[in-house]
Amino acid sequence: MIRREQMCNAAVILLLLAIPLWAHSADAPFVITLATKVTILALAGVGLNIALGIGGLVSLGHAVFFGIGGYATGILASHAQTYEPLLQAPFVIEGTNQMPIIWLVAVVFSALAALVIGALSLRTSGVYFIMITLAFGQMFYYFAISWSAYGGEDGLSIWVRNEFPGANTLVPLHFFLICFAILCAVLWFAARLARAPFGLALAAARQNQDRVEAVGITPYRLRLVAFVVSGAITGLAGALFADLNRFVSPSMLSWHTSGEIMIFVIIGGVGRLFGPVVGAAIFILLEHFLGGISEYWQIYLGGFLLVIVLYARGGVIGALAGREVAHD
Amino acid sequence: MTDPNHSVSPVLEVRGVSKSFGALHASRDISLDLRAGEIHALIGPNGAGKSTLIKQITGELRPDRGSVLLNGEPIDHLSRMARAQRGLGRTFQISALAMDFTVLQNAVLGALVARGGVFRFFSNVMRDRDLVARASEALDRVGLADVAQMRTADISHGQRRQLEVAIALTQRPKLFLMDEPMAGLGAGGSQSMTVFLASLRQEAPILLVEHDMDAVFALADRISVLVYGQIIATGTQEEIRNSVEVQRAYLGEEDAL
Repeated sequence: MIRREQMCNAAVILLLLAIPLWAHSADAPFVITLATKVTILALAGVGLNIALGIGGLVSLGHAVFFGIGGYATGILASHAQTYEPLLQAPFVIEGTNQMPIIWLVAVVFSALAALVIGALSLRTSGVYFIMITLAFGQMFYYFAISWSAYGGEDGLSIWVRNEFPGANTLVPLHFFLICFAILCAVLWFAARLARAPFGLALAAARQNQDRVEAVGITPYRLRLVAFVVSGAITGLAGALFADLNRFVSPSMLSWHTSGEIMIFVIIGGVGRLFGPVVGAAIFILLEHFLGGISEYWQIYLGGFLLVIVLYARGGVIGALAGREVAHD
Repeated sequence: MTDPNHSVSPVLEVRGVSKSFGALHASRDISLDLRAGEIHALIGPNGAGKSTLIKQITGELRPDRGSVLLNGEPIDHLSRMARAQRGLGRTFQISALAMDFTVLQNAVLGALVARGGVFRFFSNVMRDRDLVARASEALDRVGLADVAQMRTADISHGQRRQLEVAIALTQRPKLFLMDEPMAGLGAGGSQSMTVFLASLRQEAPILLVEHDMDAVFALADRISVLVYGQIIATGTQEEIRNSVEVQRAYLGEEDAL
Protein backbone atom coordinates (compact mmCIF):
# COMPACT_ATOMS: atom_id res chain seq x y z
CA MET A 1 0.00 0.00 0.00
CA ILE A 2 1.30 3.42 -0.89
CA ARG A 3 0.84 5.93 1.87
CA ARG A 4 -0.16 9.53 1.43
CA GLU A 5 3.21 10.80 2.50
CA GLN A 6 4.94 8.70 -0.14
CA MET A 7 2.59 10.09 -2.78
CA CYS A 8 3.37 13.62 -1.60
CA ASN A 9 7.07 12.86 -1.75
CA ALA A 10 6.82 11.42 -5.25
CA ALA A 11 4.88 14.47 -6.44
CA VAL A 12 7.45 16.83 -4.93
CA ILE A 13 10.46 15.11 -6.45
CA LEU A 14 8.82 14.78 -9.88
CA LEU A 15 7.85 18.43 -9.85
CA LEU A 16 11.36 19.42 -8.87
CA LEU A 17 12.65 17.46 -11.86
CA ALA A 18 9.93 18.46 -14.33
CA ILE A 19 10.15 22.22 -13.89
CA PRO A 20 13.81 22.59 -14.95
CA LEU A 21 13.28 20.14 -17.82
CA TRP A 22 10.42 22.31 -19.03
CA ALA A 23 12.45 25.47 -18.44
CA HIS A 24 15.29 24.01 -20.48
CA SER A 25 13.07 23.46 -23.47
CA ALA A 26 11.38 26.83 -22.94
CA ASP A 27 14.83 28.45 -22.69
CA ALA A 28 14.29 29.92 -19.23
CA PRO A 29 17.66 29.41 -17.54
CA PHE A 30 16.68 31.56 -14.58
CA VAL A 31 14.01 29.04 -13.61
CA ILE A 32 16.61 26.28 -13.75
CA THR A 33 18.86 28.31 -11.47
CA LEU A 34 16.02 28.71 -8.99
CA ALA A 35 15.33 24.97 -9.06
CA THR A 36 19.03 24.27 -8.56
CA LYS A 37 19.03 26.59 -5.57
CA VAL A 38 16.04 24.75 -4.13
CA THR A 39 17.80 21.44 -4.68
CA ILE A 40 21.00 22.52 -2.97
CA LEU A 41 19.31 24.18 -0.02
CA ALA A 42 17.07 21.14 0.35
CA LEU A 43 20.22 19.05 0.55
CA ALA A 44 21.54 21.26 3.35
CA GLY A 45 18.21 20.82 5.10
CA VAL A 46 18.25 17.04 4.67
CA GLY A 47 21.57 17.12 6.48
CA LEU A 48 20.23 19.18 9.35
CA ASN A 49 17.09 17.07 9.49
CA ILE A 50 19.11 14.01 10.51
CA ALA A 51 20.38 15.84 13.60
CA LEU A 52 17.26 17.89 14.27
CA GLY A 53 14.46 15.64 13.08
CA ILE A 54 15.64 12.21 14.15
CA GLY A 55 18.07 13.15 16.90
CA GLY A 56 16.28 16.21 18.31
CA LEU A 57 19.51 18.21 18.21
CA VAL A 58 18.65 21.86 17.67
CA SER A 59 21.84 23.02 16.00
CA LEU A 60 22.20 26.71 15.25
CA GLY A 61 25.66 26.07 13.88
CA HIS A 62 25.01 24.23 10.65
CA ALA A 63 26.19 27.24 8.68
CA VAL A 64 29.69 26.17 9.75
CA PHE A 65 29.42 23.02 7.66
CA PHE A 66 27.67 24.79 4.81
CA GLY A 67 30.42 27.39 4.82
CA ILE A 68 33.24 24.86 5.05
CA GLY A 69 31.80 23.14 2.00
CA GLY A 70 31.60 26.49 0.25
CA TYR A 71 35.17 27.44 1.10
CA ALA A 72 36.39 24.01 0.03
CA THR A 73 35.02 24.78 -3.41
CA GLY A 74 36.25 28.36 -3.38
CA ILE A 75 39.76 27.66 -2.15
CA LEU A 76 40.43 24.65 -4.36
CA ALA A 77 39.01 26.44 -7.40
CA SER A 78 40.96 29.63 -6.76
CA HIS A 79 44.21 27.71 -6.66
CA ALA A 80 43.27 25.90 -9.82
CA GLN A 81 42.56 29.27 -11.46
CA THR A 82 45.91 30.80 -10.52
CA TYR A 83 47.95 27.58 -10.86
CA GLU A 84 49.41 28.28 -7.43
CA PRO A 85 49.73 25.13 -5.35
CA LEU A 86 47.72 25.10 -2.15
CA LEU A 87 50.68 23.74 -0.27
CA GLN A 88 54.37 23.72 -1.26
CA ALA A 89 55.96 21.82 1.59
CA PRO A 90 56.31 19.10 2.74
CA PHE A 91 54.52 17.96 -0.40
CA VAL A 92 52.77 19.81 -3.15
CA ILE A 93 48.97 20.04 -3.12
CA GLU A 94 47.48 21.61 -6.21
CA GLY A 95 44.08 23.23 -6.44
CA THR A 96 41.48 21.47 -8.50
CA ASN A 97 38.42 22.26 -10.53
CA GLN A 98 37.09 18.72 -10.48
CA MET A 99 33.79 18.57 -8.59
CA PRO A 100 34.10 15.00 -7.26
CA ILE A 101 37.42 15.82 -5.59
CA ILE A 102 36.04 19.09 -4.23
CA TRP A 103 32.99 17.28 -2.84
CA LEU A 104 35.18 14.74 -1.13
CA VAL A 105 37.26 17.48 0.47
CA ALA A 106 34.10 19.35 1.50
CA VAL A 107 32.57 16.24 3.07
CA VAL A 108 35.74 15.25 4.91
CA PHE A 109 36.40 18.69 6.33
CA SER A 110 32.83 19.41 7.35
CA ALA A 111 32.65 15.96 8.97
CA LEU A 112 35.83 16.70 10.90
CA ALA A 113 34.46 20.05 12.02
CA ALA A 114 31.22 18.36 13.07
CA LEU A 115 33.20 15.78 15.01
CA VAL A 116 35.03 18.46 17.00
CA ILE A 117 32.03 20.75 17.46
CA GLY A 118 29.77 17.82 18.27
CA ALA A 119 32.20 16.25 20.72
CA LEU A 120 32.25 19.47 22.72
CA SER A 121 28.68 20.72 22.37
CA LEU A 122 26.90 17.38 22.82
CA ARG A 123 28.10 17.31 26.40
CA THR A 124 25.39 19.87 26.97
CA SER A 125 21.76 19.79 25.98
CA GLY A 126 18.77 22.05 25.49
CA VAL A 127 19.41 25.75 25.26
CA TYR A 128 23.11 25.33 26.09
CA PHE A 129 23.54 23.10 23.09
CA ILE A 130 21.90 25.71 20.88
CA MET A 131 24.15 28.43 22.29
CA ILE A 132 27.36 26.44 21.91
CA THR A 133 26.63 25.53 18.31
CA LEU A 134 25.81 29.18 17.70
CA ALA A 135 29.08 30.22 19.33
CA PHE A 136 31.05 27.88 17.08
CA GLY A 137 29.21 29.34 14.11
CA GLN A 138 30.24 32.85 15.07
CA MET A 139 33.84 31.76 15.56
CA PHE A 140 34.04 30.35 12.06
CA TYR A 141 32.22 33.37 10.65
CA TYR A 142 34.66 35.88 12.10
CA PHE A 143 37.58 33.69 11.17
CA ALA A 144 36.44 33.76 7.54
CA ILE A 145 36.02 37.54 7.66
CA SER A 146 39.57 37.95 8.88
CA TRP A 147 41.06 35.38 6.51
CA SER A 148 42.40 37.83 3.97
CA ALA A 149 44.24 35.19 1.93
CA TYR A 150 40.84 34.04 0.69
CA GLY A 151 39.04 37.32 0.27
CA GLY A 152 38.22 38.06 3.89
CA GLU A 153 35.01 40.00 4.13
CA ASP A 154 34.73 40.37 0.35
CA GLY A 155 34.61 36.67 -0.28
CA LEU A 156 36.07 34.70 -3.11
CA SER A 157 34.92 34.52 -6.71
CA ILE A 158 35.05 31.39 -8.81
CA TRP A 159 35.58 32.50 -12.37
CA VAL A 160 34.39 29.40 -14.12
CA ARG A 161 32.15 26.79 -12.61
CA ASN A 162 34.06 23.66 -11.68
CA GLU A 163 33.94 20.63 -13.91
CA PHE A 164 32.24 17.29 -13.68
CA PRO A 165 33.43 14.45 -15.91
CA GLY A 166 31.03 13.81 -18.77
CA ALA A 167 28.92 16.92 -18.22
CA ASN A 168 29.10 20.54 -19.21
CA THR A 169 28.46 22.27 -15.91
CA LEU A 170 28.07 25.61 -17.67
CA VAL A 171 24.78 24.36 -19.08
CA PRO A 172 22.32 25.15 -16.26
CA LEU A 173 20.36 21.96 -16.80
CA HIS A 174 23.48 19.81 -16.52
CA PHE A 175 24.47 21.37 -13.24
CA PHE A 176 20.91 21.03 -12.00
CA LEU A 177 20.85 17.34 -12.85
CA ILE A 178 24.11 16.76 -10.98
CA CYS A 179 22.68 18.44 -7.88
CA PHE A 180 19.38 16.63 -8.30
CA ALA A 181 21.11 13.25 -8.50
CA ILE A 182 23.03 14.00 -5.33
CA LEU A 183 19.85 15.07 -3.55
CA CYS A 184 18.12 11.85 -4.58
CA ALA A 185 21.05 9.74 -3.40
CA VAL A 186 21.17 11.53 -0.06
CA LEU A 187 17.39 11.27 0.38
CA TRP A 188 17.68 7.57 -0.25
CA PHE A 189 20.44 7.35 2.34
CA ALA A 190 18.45 9.41 4.86
CA ALA A 191 15.42 7.18 4.36
CA ARG A 192 17.52 4.08 4.98
CA LEU A 193 19.14 5.65 8.00
CA ALA A 194 15.81 6.54 9.56
CA ARG A 195 14.69 2.92 9.36
CA ALA A 196 18.01 1.38 10.27
CA PRO A 197 18.99 0.20 13.74
CA PHE A 198 20.94 3.43 14.17
CA GLY A 199 17.90 5.54 13.28
CA LEU A 200 15.72 3.66 15.75
CA ALA A 201 18.21 4.11 18.57
CA LEU A 202 18.76 7.79 17.73
CA ALA A 203 15.03 8.47 17.64
CA ALA A 204 14.60 6.64 20.93
CA ALA A 205 17.33 8.77 22.52
CA ARG A 206 15.44 11.88 21.38
CA GLN A 207 12.21 10.69 22.96
CA ASN A 208 13.51 9.23 26.17
CA GLN A 209 17.13 9.36 27.18
CA ASP A 210 16.50 7.22 30.28
CA ARG A 211 15.15 4.43 28.14
CA VAL A 212 18.18 4.10 25.87
CA GLU A 213 20.57 4.34 28.80
CA ALA A 214 18.64 1.67 30.68
CA VAL A 215 18.88 -0.76 27.77
CA GLY A 216 22.56 0.01 27.48
CA ILE A 217 23.32 2.58 24.75
CA THR A 218 25.20 5.81 25.32
CA PRO A 219 23.11 8.61 23.80
CA TYR A 220 26.23 10.75 23.36
CA ARG A 221 27.74 8.32 20.86
CA LEU A 222 24.55 8.08 18.86
CA ARG A 223 24.21 11.85 18.74
CA LEU A 224 27.82 12.44 17.83
CA VAL A 225 27.61 10.06 14.86
CA ALA A 226 24.34 11.69 13.79
CA PHE A 227 25.89 15.15 14.09
CA VAL A 228 28.87 14.15 11.94
CA VAL A 229 26.69 12.59 9.24
CA SER A 230 24.45 15.62 9.37
CA GLY A 231 27.35 18.07 9.09
CA ALA A 232 28.94 16.17 6.21
CA ILE A 233 25.74 16.34 4.15
CA THR A 234 25.28 20.03 4.83
CA GLY A 235 28.93 20.54 3.88
CA LEU A 236 28.34 18.84 0.55
CA ALA A 237 25.43 21.19 -0.04
CA GLY A 238 27.72 24.13 0.72
CA ALA A 239 30.20 22.97 -1.91
CA LEU A 240 27.43 22.86 -4.53
CA PHE A 241 26.04 26.20 -3.41
CA ALA A 242 29.41 27.90 -3.98
CA ASP A 243 29.52 26.42 -7.46
CA LEU A 244 26.00 27.59 -8.18
CA ASN A 245 26.77 31.18 -7.25
CA ARG A 246 30.42 30.97 -8.36
CA PHE A 247 31.06 32.92 -5.21
CA VAL A 248 31.85 32.20 -1.58
CA SER A 249 31.66 34.70 1.21
CA PRO A 250 31.57 34.67 5.00
CA SER A 251 27.80 35.14 4.83
CA MET A 252 27.55 31.41 4.11
CA LEU A 253 28.89 30.96 7.63
CA SER A 254 26.68 33.51 9.33
CA TRP A 255 24.06 32.46 11.79
CA HIS A 256 21.36 33.71 9.40
CA THR A 257 22.31 30.79 7.20
CA SER A 258 21.96 28.38 10.12
CA GLY A 259 18.56 29.88 10.83
CA GLU A 260 17.46 29.62 7.22
CA ILE A 261 18.43 25.95 7.00
CA MET A 262 16.42 25.36 10.14
CA ILE A 263 13.48 27.26 8.68
CA PHE A 264 13.45 24.94 5.63
CA VAL A 265 13.21 21.97 7.95
CA ILE A 266 10.51 23.49 10.15
CA ILE A 267 8.35 24.71 7.25
CA GLY A 268 8.53 21.39 5.46
CA GLY A 269 8.20 19.20 8.53
CA VAL A 270 10.76 18.31 11.17
CA GLY A 271 11.79 14.68 10.88
CA ARG A 272 9.90 14.19 7.61
CA LEU A 273 12.07 12.84 4.84
CA PHE A 274 10.95 15.41 2.25
CA GLY A 275 10.35 18.19 4.76
CA PRO A 276 13.51 20.12 3.82
CA VAL A 277 12.76 19.78 0.09
CA VAL A 278 9.29 21.29 0.47
CA GLY A 279 10.60 23.86 2.95
CA ALA A 280 13.43 25.00 0.68
CA ALA A 281 11.05 25.19 -2.29
CA ILE A 282 8.57 27.35 -0.38
CA PHE A 283 11.36 29.54 0.94
CA ILE A 284 12.80 30.17 -2.52
CA LEU A 285 9.36 30.74 -4.06
CA LEU A 286 8.48 33.25 -1.37
CA GLU A 287 11.83 34.95 -1.78
CA HIS A 288 11.40 35.11 -5.54
CA PHE A 289 7.81 36.29 -5.76
CA LEU A 290 7.46 38.35 -2.60
CA GLY A 291 11.01 39.64 -2.94
CA GLY A 292 9.84 41.27 -6.17
CA ILE A 293 7.08 43.08 -4.29
CA SER A 294 8.96 44.16 -1.24
CA GLU A 295 12.49 44.24 0.02
CA TYR A 296 11.09 43.21 3.37
CA TRP A 297 9.55 39.98 2.10
CA GLN A 298 10.74 38.13 5.18
CA ILE A 299 7.86 39.71 7.08
CA TYR A 300 5.63 37.35 5.12
CA LEU A 301 8.02 34.49 5.70
CA GLY A 302 7.80 35.18 9.41
CA GLY A 303 4.02 35.12 9.27
CA PHE A 304 4.07 31.88 7.31
CA LEU A 305 6.47 30.31 9.80
CA LEU A 306 4.25 31.41 12.65
CA VAL A 307 1.23 29.71 11.12
CA ILE A 308 3.21 26.52 10.57
CA VAL A 309 4.59 26.41 14.08
CA LEU A 310 1.24 27.19 15.70
CA TYR A 311 -1.13 25.17 13.57
CA ALA A 312 0.86 22.57 11.68
CA ARG A 313 3.56 21.11 13.87
CA GLY A 314 4.36 18.48 11.26
CA GLY A 315 5.06 21.25 8.73
CA VAL A 316 3.60 21.32 5.25
CA ILE A 317 4.23 17.60 4.77
CA GLY A 318 2.49 16.92 8.05
CA ALA A 319 -0.50 19.00 6.97
CA LEU A 320 -0.71 17.19 3.64
CA ALA A 321 0.06 13.65 4.71
CA GLY A 322 -1.13 13.50 8.30
CA ARG A 323 0.71 12.27 11.33
CA GLU A 324 3.93 10.46 10.80
CA VAL A 325 3.53 6.75 10.37
CA ALA A 326 6.00 4.86 12.48
CA HIS A 327 8.37 2.32 10.95
CA ASP A 328 6.60 -0.56 9.25
CA MET B 1 16.05 -26.53 55.29
CA THR B 2 19.20 -26.18 53.24
CA ASP B 3 19.54 -23.40 50.76
CA PRO B 4 21.07 -24.72 47.54
CA ASN B 5 22.24 -21.26 46.54
CA HIS B 6 23.97 -20.47 49.72
CA SER B 7 27.42 -21.64 48.69
CA VAL B 8 27.64 -19.76 45.38
CA SER B 9 27.95 -16.00 45.32
CA PRO B 10 24.66 -14.15 44.99
CA VAL B 11 23.69 -12.74 41.58
CA LEU B 12 23.64 -9.25 43.03
CA GLU B 13 25.22 -8.02 46.19
CA VAL B 14 25.06 -4.56 47.72
CA ARG B 15 27.77 -4.03 50.33
CA GLY B 16 27.61 -1.18 52.77
CA VAL B 17 26.26 1.40 50.36
CA SER B 18 25.79 4.93 51.71
CA LYS B 19 24.59 8.02 49.93
CA SER B 20 23.76 11.49 51.23
CA PHE B 21 22.22 14.47 49.56
CA GLY B 22 23.39 17.28 51.79
CA ALA B 23 21.96 16.58 55.22
CA LEU B 24 19.62 13.88 53.91
CA HIS B 25 20.99 10.36 54.34
CA ALA B 26 19.18 8.55 51.55
CA SER B 27 21.12 5.33 52.03
CA ARG B 28 22.83 4.37 55.28
CA ASP B 29 25.20 1.45 55.08
CA ILE B 30 22.83 -0.71 53.07
CA SER B 31 23.72 -4.34 52.46
CA LEU B 32 21.51 -6.83 50.72
CA ASP B 33 21.80 -9.62 48.20
CA LEU B 34 19.74 -11.25 45.51
CA ARG B 35 20.16 -14.97 45.00
CA ALA B 36 19.46 -17.06 41.95
CA GLY B 37 15.83 -18.04 41.57
CA GLU B 38 14.41 -15.69 44.16
CA ILE B 39 12.23 -12.64 44.34
CA HIS B 40 13.56 -10.26 46.92
CA ALA B 41 11.11 -7.51 47.77
CA LEU B 42 12.27 -4.15 49.00
CA ILE B 43 9.54 -2.39 50.93
CA GLY B 44 9.37 0.74 52.96
CA PRO B 45 7.36 3.92 53.34
CA ASN B 46 7.51 6.71 50.78
CA GLY B 47 10.81 8.53 50.89
CA ALA B 48 12.61 5.62 52.52
CA GLY B 49 15.20 5.62 49.75
CA LYS B 50 14.09 2.64 47.67
CA SER B 51 14.43 4.31 44.29
CA THR B 52 17.72 5.89 45.36
CA LEU B 53 19.06 2.44 46.14
CA ILE B 54 17.88 1.08 42.77
CA LYS B 55 19.62 3.98 41.04
CA GLN B 56 22.88 3.20 42.81
CA ILE B 57 22.62 -0.39 41.64
CA THR B 58 21.94 0.58 38.03
CA GLY B 59 24.67 3.22 38.04
CA GLU B 60 22.42 6.25 37.65
CA LEU B 61 23.78 7.47 40.98
CA ARG B 62 27.18 6.89 42.50
CA PRO B 63 27.19 5.83 46.14
CA ASP B 64 29.39 7.82 48.53
CA ARG B 65 30.63 4.59 50.04
CA GLY B 66 30.15 0.91 49.52
CA SER B 67 30.14 -1.44 46.61
CA VAL B 68 27.81 -3.25 44.21
CA LEU B 69 28.76 -6.70 42.95
CA LEU B 70 27.32 -8.66 40.05
CA ASN B 71 28.01 -12.40 40.29
CA GLY B 72 30.72 -11.64 42.81
CA GLU B 73 32.49 -9.01 40.71
CA PRO B 74 32.44 -5.34 41.64
CA ILE B 75 30.71 -3.21 38.99
CA ASP B 76 31.21 0.16 40.67
CA HIS B 77 33.50 1.43 37.92
CA LEU B 78 30.99 0.60 35.19
CA SER B 79 28.65 3.15 33.63
CA ARG B 80 24.94 2.68 33.63
CA MET B 81 25.09 1.55 30.00
CA ALA B 82 27.82 -0.99 30.68
CA ARG B 83 25.87 -2.38 33.63
CA ALA B 84 22.78 -2.78 31.46
CA GLN B 85 24.86 -4.69 28.96
CA ARG B 86 26.24 -6.91 31.72
CA GLY B 87 22.68 -7.99 32.47
CA LEU B 88 20.92 -5.51 34.72
CA GLY B 89 17.38 -5.30 33.41
CA ARG B 90 15.51 -2.38 34.88
CA THR B 91 11.94 -1.11 34.81
CA PHE B 92 11.07 2.41 35.88
CA GLN B 93 8.68 3.67 38.50
CA ILE B 94 7.46 6.22 35.97
CA SER B 95 7.38 4.64 32.52
CA ALA B 96 10.40 5.62 30.45
CA LEU B 97 9.36 4.77 26.92
CA ALA B 98 9.70 6.21 23.44
CA MET B 99 6.13 7.44 23.19
CA ASP B 100 6.10 8.07 19.42
CA PHE B 101 7.23 4.53 18.72
CA THR B 102 4.93 1.59 18.35
CA VAL B 103 4.89 -0.87 21.21
CA LEU B 104 6.83 -3.29 19.04
CA GLN B 105 9.50 -0.70 18.25
CA ASN B 106 10.11 -0.11 21.93
CA ALA B 107 10.62 -3.82 22.42
CA VAL B 108 12.84 -4.06 19.32
CA LEU B 109 15.01 -1.30 20.77
CA GLY B 110 15.71 -3.45 23.82
CA ALA B 111 16.43 -6.51 21.72
CA LEU B 112 18.67 -4.50 19.37
CA VAL B 113 20.93 -3.19 22.08
CA ALA B 114 21.12 -6.55 23.79
CA ARG B 115 22.05 -8.29 20.55
CA GLY B 116 24.39 -5.58 19.26
CA GLY B 117 24.62 -3.91 15.87
CA VAL B 118 23.21 -0.52 16.81
CA PHE B 119 25.58 1.30 14.46
CA ARG B 120 24.10 -0.04 11.26
CA PHE B 121 22.85 2.50 8.77
CA PHE B 122 21.29 0.60 5.90
CA SER B 123 19.39 -2.45 7.10
CA ASN B 124 15.72 -2.08 8.01
CA VAL B 125 15.52 -2.75 11.72
CA MET B 126 11.83 -3.67 11.69
CA ARG B 127 12.51 -6.29 9.02
CA ASP B 128 15.20 -7.94 11.10
CA ARG B 129 13.49 -11.26 11.81
CA ASP B 130 15.71 -12.15 14.72
CA LEU B 131 15.03 -8.87 16.54
CA VAL B 132 11.32 -8.77 15.76
CA ALA B 133 10.93 -12.37 16.89
CA ARG B 134 12.72 -11.66 20.13
CA ALA B 135 10.67 -8.52 20.72
CA SER B 136 7.37 -10.19 19.80
CA GLU B 137 8.07 -13.08 22.11
CA ALA B 138 8.62 -10.67 25.00
CA LEU B 139 5.41 -8.77 24.18
CA ASP B 140 3.54 -12.02 23.94
CA ARG B 141 4.74 -13.10 27.35
CA VAL B 142 3.52 -9.95 29.08
CA GLY B 143 0.27 -10.02 27.13
CA LEU B 144 0.85 -7.13 24.76
CA ALA B 145 0.85 -9.03 21.46
CA ASP B 146 -2.49 -7.48 20.48
CA VAL B 147 -1.29 -3.90 20.79
CA ALA B 148 2.16 -4.42 19.25
CA GLN B 149 1.39 -2.11 16.33
CA MET B 150 -0.18 0.63 18.41
CA ARG B 151 1.58 3.86 19.23
CA THR B 152 2.97 3.74 22.76
CA ALA B 153 1.35 7.08 23.57
CA ASP B 154 -2.04 5.52 22.77
CA ILE B 155 -1.91 2.46 25.03
CA SER B 156 -3.12 2.47 28.62
CA HIS B 157 -0.99 3.24 31.63
CA GLY B 158 -1.13 -0.38 32.72
CA GLN B 159 -0.01 -1.58 29.31
CA ARG B 160 2.98 0.74 29.51
CA ARG B 161 3.98 -0.93 32.77
CA GLN B 162 3.79 -4.26 30.99
CA LEU B 163 5.85 -2.85 28.14
CA GLU B 164 8.54 -1.78 30.61
CA VAL B 165 8.77 -5.39 31.72
CA ALA B 166 8.75 -6.65 28.13
CA ILE B 167 11.70 -4.41 27.22
CA ALA B 168 13.62 -5.76 30.19
CA LEU B 169 12.78 -9.28 28.96
CA THR B 170 14.20 -8.61 25.49
CA GLN B 171 17.53 -7.86 27.14
CA ARG B 172 17.60 -11.38 28.63
CA PRO B 173 19.14 -9.94 31.78
CA LYS B 174 20.86 -11.77 34.61
CA LEU B 175 18.56 -10.07 37.08
CA PHE B 176 15.58 -7.75 37.07
CA LEU B 177 15.36 -4.52 39.02
CA MET B 178 11.70 -3.63 39.07
CA ASP B 179 10.62 -0.32 40.48
CA GLU B 180 6.92 -0.60 41.29
CA PRO B 181 5.77 -2.67 38.32
CA MET B 182 2.25 -2.84 39.80
CA ALA B 183 1.80 0.91 40.19
CA GLY B 184 -1.45 2.01 38.63
CA LEU B 185 -2.30 -1.42 37.26
CA GLY B 186 -5.69 -1.92 38.91
CA ALA B 187 -6.76 -5.13 40.58
CA GLY B 188 -6.98 -7.35 37.50
CA GLY B 189 -3.76 -6.07 35.98
CA SER B 190 -1.87 -6.38 39.19
CA GLN B 191 -3.04 -9.97 39.59
CA SER B 192 -1.92 -11.05 36.14
CA MET B 193 1.40 -9.23 36.63
CA THR B 194 1.83 -11.12 39.90
CA VAL B 195 1.29 -14.45 38.16
CA PHE B 196 3.72 -13.45 35.46
CA LEU B 197 6.47 -12.29 37.82
CA ALA B 198 6.10 -15.50 39.83
CA SER B 199 6.99 -17.48 36.72
CA LEU B 200 9.80 -15.10 35.81
CA ARG B 201 11.97 -15.81 38.84
CA GLN B 202 13.17 -19.08 37.33
CA GLU B 203 14.67 -17.11 34.47
CA ALA B 204 16.38 -14.45 36.51
CA PRO B 205 15.99 -13.28 40.09
CA ILE B 206 14.01 -10.12 40.76
CA LEU B 207 14.71 -7.28 43.13
CA LEU B 208 11.22 -5.93 43.50
CA VAL B 209 10.36 -2.51 44.86
CA GLU B 210 6.65 -2.53 45.46
CA HIS B 211 3.95 -0.80 47.48
CA ASP B 212 1.25 -3.33 46.70
CA MET B 213 1.50 -5.55 49.79
CA ASP B 214 -0.75 -8.25 48.35
CA ALA B 215 1.71 -8.64 45.51
CA VAL B 216 4.70 -8.55 47.82
CA PHE B 217 3.33 -11.28 50.05
CA ALA B 218 2.25 -13.34 47.07
CA LEU B 219 5.66 -13.15 45.42
CA ALA B 220 8.52 -12.46 47.76
CA ASP B 221 10.86 -15.22 48.89
CA ARG B 222 12.59 -12.69 51.08
CA ILE B 223 11.74 -9.18 52.11
CA SER B 224 13.95 -6.29 53.14
CA VAL B 225 12.43 -3.35 54.95
CA LEU B 226 13.95 0.03 54.30
CA VAL B 227 13.15 2.91 56.62
CA TYR B 228 14.90 6.29 56.52
CA GLY B 229 17.63 4.93 54.31
CA GLN B 230 18.37 2.01 56.56
CA ILE B 231 17.54 -1.67 56.22
CA ILE B 232 15.96 -2.57 59.53
CA ALA B 233 15.22 -6.19 58.69
CA THR B 234 15.75 -8.81 56.00
CA GLY B 235 14.12 -12.20 56.09
CA THR B 236 11.36 -14.50 55.01
CA GLN B 237 7.76 -13.36 55.12
CA GLU B 238 7.35 -15.03 58.51
CA GLU B 239 10.40 -13.34 59.93
CA ILE B 240 9.31 -9.95 58.68
CA ARG B 241 5.77 -10.33 60.00
CA ASN B 242 7.09 -11.35 63.38
CA SER B 243 9.85 -8.78 63.63
CA VAL B 244 9.15 -6.40 66.46
CA GLU B 245 11.29 -3.75 64.86
CA VAL B 246 9.41 -3.87 61.61
CA GLN B 247 6.06 -3.75 63.35
CA ARG B 248 7.13 -0.77 65.33
CA ALA B 249 8.74 1.11 62.48
CA TYR B 250 6.61 0.30 59.55
CA LEU B 251 3.84 -2.26 59.62
CA GLY B 252 2.05 -0.47 62.41
CA GLU B 253 1.20 2.25 59.94
CA GLU B 254 -0.47 -0.16 57.57
CA ASP B 255 -3.79 -1.44 58.87
CA ALA B 256 -4.00 -3.92 56.02
CA LEU B 257 -1.40 -6.08 57.68
